Amino acid sequence: MALIGFLIRRILTGIVVVWLVSTAAFFLFFARPVDTVARQLAGRAATPQVINEVIRNLGLNQPIMVQYWHFLEHLVQGNLGFSYFTGESVDTMLKQDLPPTLSLVVGGVILWLVAGLTVGIISATKARSLFDRFSNVAVLIGLSMPVFVIGELLILVVFVPLNQHGVHWIQTGYSGPSQGLSTWSGHMILPWITLAAVQAAVYTRLSRGQLLDTLGEDYIRTARAKGLSERRVIFRHAVRAALTPVVSQLGVDVGQLLGGVIVVESVFGLGGIGEVSVQAIDTDNLPVIIGFVIIAAIFVVAANIIVDLVYALLDPRVRIA
Amino acid sequence: MSLTGLEIVAEEVASDAPVVEGRSQWQLTWRRLRHDKVAMASLIVIGVIIVLAIAAPLFVAITHHPPNTAYPNSGETAAGNPVPPGTAGFWLGTDGTGRDLFIRILYGARISLFVGFVTTAIGTLAGVAVGLIAGYFGGIVDQVLGRFTDAVLAFPYVVLALALAVVLGPSLPVIIGVIAFFSWAAIARIVRGQTLSIKEKEYIEAARSVGAGPFRIMFIDILPNLLAPVLVLATLYIPTAVVFEATLSYLGLGIQPPTASWGDILADAQNFYQVAWWYVVFPAVALLITTLAFNLLGDGIRDAMDPRTERVLAGRRGRRSRRDRRQTLTDTGAADSGAAPYAPPAGGS
Repeated sequence: MALIGFLIRRILTGIVVVWLVSTAAFFLFFARPVDTVARQLAGRAATPQVINEVIRNLGLNQPIMVQYWHFLEHLVQGNLGFSYFTGESVDTMLKQDLPPTLSLVVGGVILWLVAGLTVGIISATKARSLFDRFSNVAVLIGLSMPVFVIGELLILVVFVPLNQHGVHWIQTGYSGPSQGLSTWSGHMILPWITLAAVQAAVYTRLSRGQLLDTLGEDYIRTARAKGLSERRVIFRHAVRAALTPVVSQLGVDVGQLLGGVIVVESVFGLGGIGEVSVQAIDTDNLPVIIGFVIIAAIFVVAANIIVDLVYALLDPRVRIA
Repeated sequence: MSLTGLEIVAEEVASDAPVVEGRSQWQLTWRRLRHDKVAMASLIVIGVIIVLAIAAPLFVAITHHPPNTAYPNSGETAAGNPVPPGTAGFWLGTDGTGRDLFIRILYGARISLFVGFVTTAIGTLAGVAVGLIAGYFGGIVDQVLGRFTDAVLAFPYVVLALALAVVLGPSLPVIIGVIAFFSWAAIARIVRGQTLSIKEKEYIEAARSVGAGPFRIMFIDILPNLLAPVLVLATLYIPTAVVFEATLSYLGLGIQPPTASWGDILADAQNFYQVAWWYVVFPAVALLITTLAFNLLGDGIRDAMDPRTERVLAGRRGRRSRRDRRQTLTDTGAADSGAAPYAPPAGGS
C-alpha cells in the first residue's frame, strides 16, 4: 500500500512539474512580439492588412492570459495545438514521428546498459588485466567523443564502405518494424551503437568503480570464506550492492539521453520527434517546439519515477515513503 | 596560545628536523603531476592547440587563405566536390564550398577553446558561490538551492538550447549562456558537501568568535580549502563545454555560419561522406584530441591532488599499497600526518 501512496504522490508532483515547464515554455515563447511570427508566416511582401489577419487567425491578438488559458485548456484535453504552417495538429505530427524515437530509445538504452554493465563487471573482477586496461582506454575515448562525431565516423567507416561493396543491410534513414525486422534492425543498428557508446562509457566507469569498492568489503570476504563460488560471490553479493548508485545515476542521465536522441536522429536522418523539433526552429514553428518541450518533461518525470521504483527494489534499505 | 608562541614552536620543530623541507599542497601536487607522463603530454598537447588557435591569422598569412573565402576554381573539383589534402596549397583539403579546411579548423579551435574556458570560468564562480552559500547557511537556503541544483542537473540541455535559440536566435552569447547555465550545478554540489564538513571545524568557530562575518568566513576561511577539488572539476568541465558547443553548433543552435566552428564544419561534412573522408576525419580528430587531452589532464591533476584515488584506478594492488604506506607512516611516528606540521612537541602545550 505504501507503493500506491508513493505512486500517487510522485505522479501528482510530476504533474506539477510538467505544468511548471509548460507554463515557462509558453511565456518564454509568447513573450515575443507577435509581428515577427506573423511576418515570417505571411511572407516578406505581405501588406500590414495580411499580417493583421494572420495574427487574428492564430489568436495572437488576444491578451496573453486569455491565450494562456486556452493553451492550458487544450493541454488538459491532450491537445498541443496546431502547426502554424500546415495547420496540422501537433499531436498528430508528434505521434507520426514517435516510432523512430521509440525504436531508438528502447534499443539504445538496452545496448547501453548491457554493454556498460558487462564491461564494467568484467573489468572490476579482472582489475589490471589486459581487458581492463583496454576497456579503460576505450572508456576514456568514449567519454571524450561527442555523440554526433561517433555517428559520423560510424557512417564513414561502416556504412559507406559496406554500401560501396554491395552490402546493403546497414542503411541510414528510418524503416519501421512492419517492413521486416531485418530491415528495421539494419536501419537502427548504427543509431543504437551511437546512442549507447558515450553512455556505456559512463556506466562502465561507474559500475567498475562501484564494484571494486564493494569487492573490498568485509562481507565479501566472509562470503568467500564460506566457500561460495566466485561467480556466486560476485553476482549474488557484490553486483547487487554495487548497482544501486548506478541506478540512481540513471535518473540524472535521462535528460542527457534526450539530448543524445535529438543528435542521433539528426545524424542518421531518422525523422523522430527530436529532429522534427530542431527543424521547427528554422521555421519558427512554436507549437511544435512547445509540444516537444512538454513531451520531454513528461518523459523525464516518468523515467525518474521508474528509476526510484527500481532503486527501492534493488536496495531493501530504501523505503518507498 | 598566541600566534608568536606557535611560530616559536614551529621553528623548534623545523630545527629538530632540518632534512625535511616544507612543501605546500600545491608544490606536492605539481611534483606528482610532473612525474605523470600522460598528464604532462596532455598539458603539452593543450599548449600546442592553444598556440595554434592564437596563431590562426599567422597561418592565413602563410597560406593566403582567409577562413571565410571560397576558392571555386582551385578549391573544388570539376564536379564541385572538396579537393583532397595537399592539393593546390590546401594542407588538409577544402570543405564543401571550396574553403581551406585547415584554416577553418584553426578558427574553429578558437571558438571551442573560448567557449570552453569562458563557460567553465562562469560556471566555477557561480558553482562555488552557490555551494558555499548553501553549505554555510544550511536550512531553508540549502533546501531551495539544493532543489534548484537537482533540477538543473536533470534538465535536458538540448531542450533549453532549443527554446533559447527560438526566442533569442542562435548566437555566441546565447550558446555561452546555455552552457554556463548547466556548468555550475555539479561544482555547487561538491562545494556544498565540503563546506558542510569544513564549517564544523574549530578554526571556523575561532574565526566566528573573533567576530568574522559569514562572508569573510565563507570566502577567506573556507574557500581556500576547496580550491583543489574545484580545480579538478573545472579542468574536467572544459572538455564537456567543448563537446556541448560542438553539439549545439552541429544542430544549428549555436555558432552560425560562415563563422567556423567544429560542430558546424562536421554538420556540413555530412553531405560529402562518399567523396571527402578528410572533411569528416580532420575536424573530428581535432575535437577528439582536444577533449581527450583535457580529460587526461583532469584525471592526472585529480590523482596528483589526492593519491588515494589511485585505489580506484589501480585496483587491488592500490589497496595493498595504501596499507603499506600507512604502515611506514606509523613506523616513523607520523601516522597522523595531516596534523603533524602544527603539532607542538610532546608536552609543549
